Amino acid sequence: MALLEVKDLKVRVEEREILHGLTLTVNEGEIHAIMGPNGSGKSTLSHVIAGKPGYEVTDGQILFKGEDLLEMDPEERAARGVFLAFQYPVEIPGVATMTFLRTALNAQRKARGESEYSTPDFLKKVREVSKSLNIPQDMLKRGVNVGFSGGEKKRNEVLQMALFEPSLCILDEMDSGLDIDALRIAADGVNALRSPKRAMVVITHYQRLLNYIVPDFVHVMSKGRVVKSGGKELALELEESGYAQFEDAA
Amino acid sequence: MPAVQETVERVKRIDVDQYRYGFETLIDSEKAPKGLSEEIVKFISQKKNEPAWMLQWRLEAYRRWLTMTEPTWARVEYPKIDFQDIYYYAAPKPKKSVTSLDEIDPEILKTYEKLGIPLREVAMLEGVEPKVGEEDPARRKIAVDAVFDSVSVATTFKAELKKAGVIFMPISEAIREHPELVQKYLGSVVPTSDNFYATLNSAVFSDGSFVYVPPGVRCPMELSTYFRINERNTGQFERTLIIADKGSYVSYLEGCTAPQRDENQLHAAVVELVALDDAEIKYSTVQNWYPGNSEGKGGIYNFVTKRGDCRGNHSKISWTQVETGSAITWKYPSCILRGDNSRGEFYSIAISNGFQQVDSGTKMIHLGKNTSSRIISKGIAAGKSQNTYRGLVTAHRKATGARNFTACDSLLIGDKCGAHTVPYIEAKNSSATFEHEATTSKISEDVLFYCIQRGLSQEEAVGLVVNGFVKDVLQQLPMEFAVEAQKLISISLEGSVG
Repeated sequence: MALLEVKDLKVRVEEREILHGLTLTVNEGEIHAIMGPNGSGKSTLSHVIAGKPGYEVTDGQILFKGEDLLEMDPEERAARGVFLAFQYPVEIPGVATMTFLRTALNAQRKARGESEYSTPDFLKKVREVSKSLNIPQDMLKRGVNVGFSGGEKKRNEVLQMALFEPSLCILDEMDSGLDIDALRIAADGVNALRSPKRAMVVITHYQRLLNYIVPDFVHVMSKGRVVKSGGKELALELEESGYAQFEDAA
Repeated sequence: MPAVQETVERVKRIDVDQYRYGFETLIDSEKAPKGLSEEIVKFISQKKNEPAWMLQWRLEAYRRWLTMTEPTWARVEYPKIDFQDIYYYAAPKPKKSVTSLDEIDPEILKTYEKLGIPLREVAMLEGVEPKVGEEDPARRKIAVDAVFDSVSVATTFKAELKKAGVIFMPISEAIREHPELVQKYLGSVVPTSDNFYATLNSAVFSDGSFVYVPPGVRCPMELSTYFRINERNTGQFERTLIIADKGSYVSYLEGCTAPQRDENQLHAAVVELVALDDAEIKYSTVQNWYPGNSEGKGGIYNFVTKRGDCRGNHSKISWTQVETGSAITWKYPSCILRGDNSRGEFYSIAISNGFQQVDSGTKMIHLGKNTSSRIISKGIAAGKSQNTYRGLVTAHRKATGARNFTACDSLLIGDKCGAHTVPYIEAKNSSATFEHEATTSKISEDVLFYCIQRGLSQEEAVGLVVNGFVKDVLQQLPMEFAVEAQKLISISLEGSVG
């Protein structure tokens, strides 16, 4: 069984159809890159999978581990292993990162019927994970993403990914706003999380990110559809020829 | 449904069911006849075995009250109150005069147990020791004075406080036992002529707490009063007087609840604080009077005058309040910074939901030299509520070097509520430095979705964001109260049953 099956998905925002029948299959352990120009519907796809309000699915299906994902509340999807790394992680003033991580992790565990982490166990786990990602302890005491640099925000996303151990990670434009060093650190964090049990969907404009996170498959989106799929060499091809060739195909 | 919309829907459903303190205690009580007259004032004074000077004081207040009219400048709306349709005195009927906790009506003790108020000091003193190395905040000693309708029913830890020289007793007792202190300070911060409700209170107040901390004494425990309105159609008019003598320190907590009833009930308290040279008073309130039901029916009118006088040099008074209850709140805990180098602080969280109306804030009146004050106000409006911050910061002509910092932040949940900020700033001295910051924001859809994507439910997400918003103020509360307040905030906003 595939981990994620998106079948002929049609999605509207207000009165406008954004996705016109999108199909995508992701198996465990695979890394898929989704590329495409602005407005092709890449972010819409990631939002619909995560369950962001404001999108109306008019047709099609999303199965996650064989179950109907669209029937689940967004927090239930999170508890079952869907993780969306945001393009622009929000700031939550007054809520210490550590408190946020613990509240979220325990909420997920509770939803799965697992016991909540005790404070010492939790601290131990966070320290291990943050150390491996080179995240200083004082960052964990600060308000969630408050005053974080672009690189720190993305590292905080990777930290949560490592902590929550999701089976599906969607990385939405992870490279936006990062300089080359920050990108390398974040990508190293993501690569460390590659596992035969975990799949990733990497959404990006540019081939650059894919030098660091090397995909198994590349899909090109245009005007709400996947117009071409291939191996990692497709990304390089795009870098040379651009997206324009697909505008007509769509 | 968008996340915020869903929160709004949930908040709308908040009803009497969520008010977990809404039960009523069935006890015999003794009431004065309805209405207000010189006879009623005399009746109350007589009930309390008061000396003649006290009765005189009350009568003067009553006569002045007759000449006054209700204030209308606050941003609150309610039908005119019929002051003759209220009981001004109600007391649980004593079986005999009460000398120990065992003689209190067990029904009343049960009420306080339900509220989680530890009246049983015996049990606490002889209670199981916390395990070694394990901190048990609930077991920390807090002396409690419990006021039920018009009378104080129990004060705990009296003996231990006495050893330290601290006087903590119902004010009705203090009038009899420490008349010199009461006469000297009562009405010296909030004069009987101060305002309509304070004057009314001066005429008919029935009980409340009295605290005196002698020079150089750091009060060995937190003092706490728990107010409970139980009787129908009864006003509660308590009076609290706290005096911190030179170089002393006291922290005082106040909590309030009431049964849920369809009619509105009036609560018009007066609190006076006096801090002499180098003394410090920290006064914390968690106000959770019944707010009315989802249609805006019932609830407490909370018309309260609270004022502290930093009378001595280098004195300090700090107000911290968490206001979640009451149909209408009209309350401005203030500081008169009379002593040189004195300091006043006001930290406030005011949450309104349903049809609640809040008009609250503070006054910082700088009179002495080099005085400073700080105001941190967090208003959260949800449902169809209106939430107003009203504040006055003023520097007298001779108040050289006066400094104030004010930050007022408002958070809106939904689109049917309102947040208003009305600051008055007057500097009559050119050396004064006053800073004012204000923000108003809506709880953001993106922030909620971020939290939910990480596994939090809608309710948990709102609770987390709001608790983050009010964190600066929560930190000012004593620990026990901070925990209670945090829960209260979640309950009053999320519609989850506590």
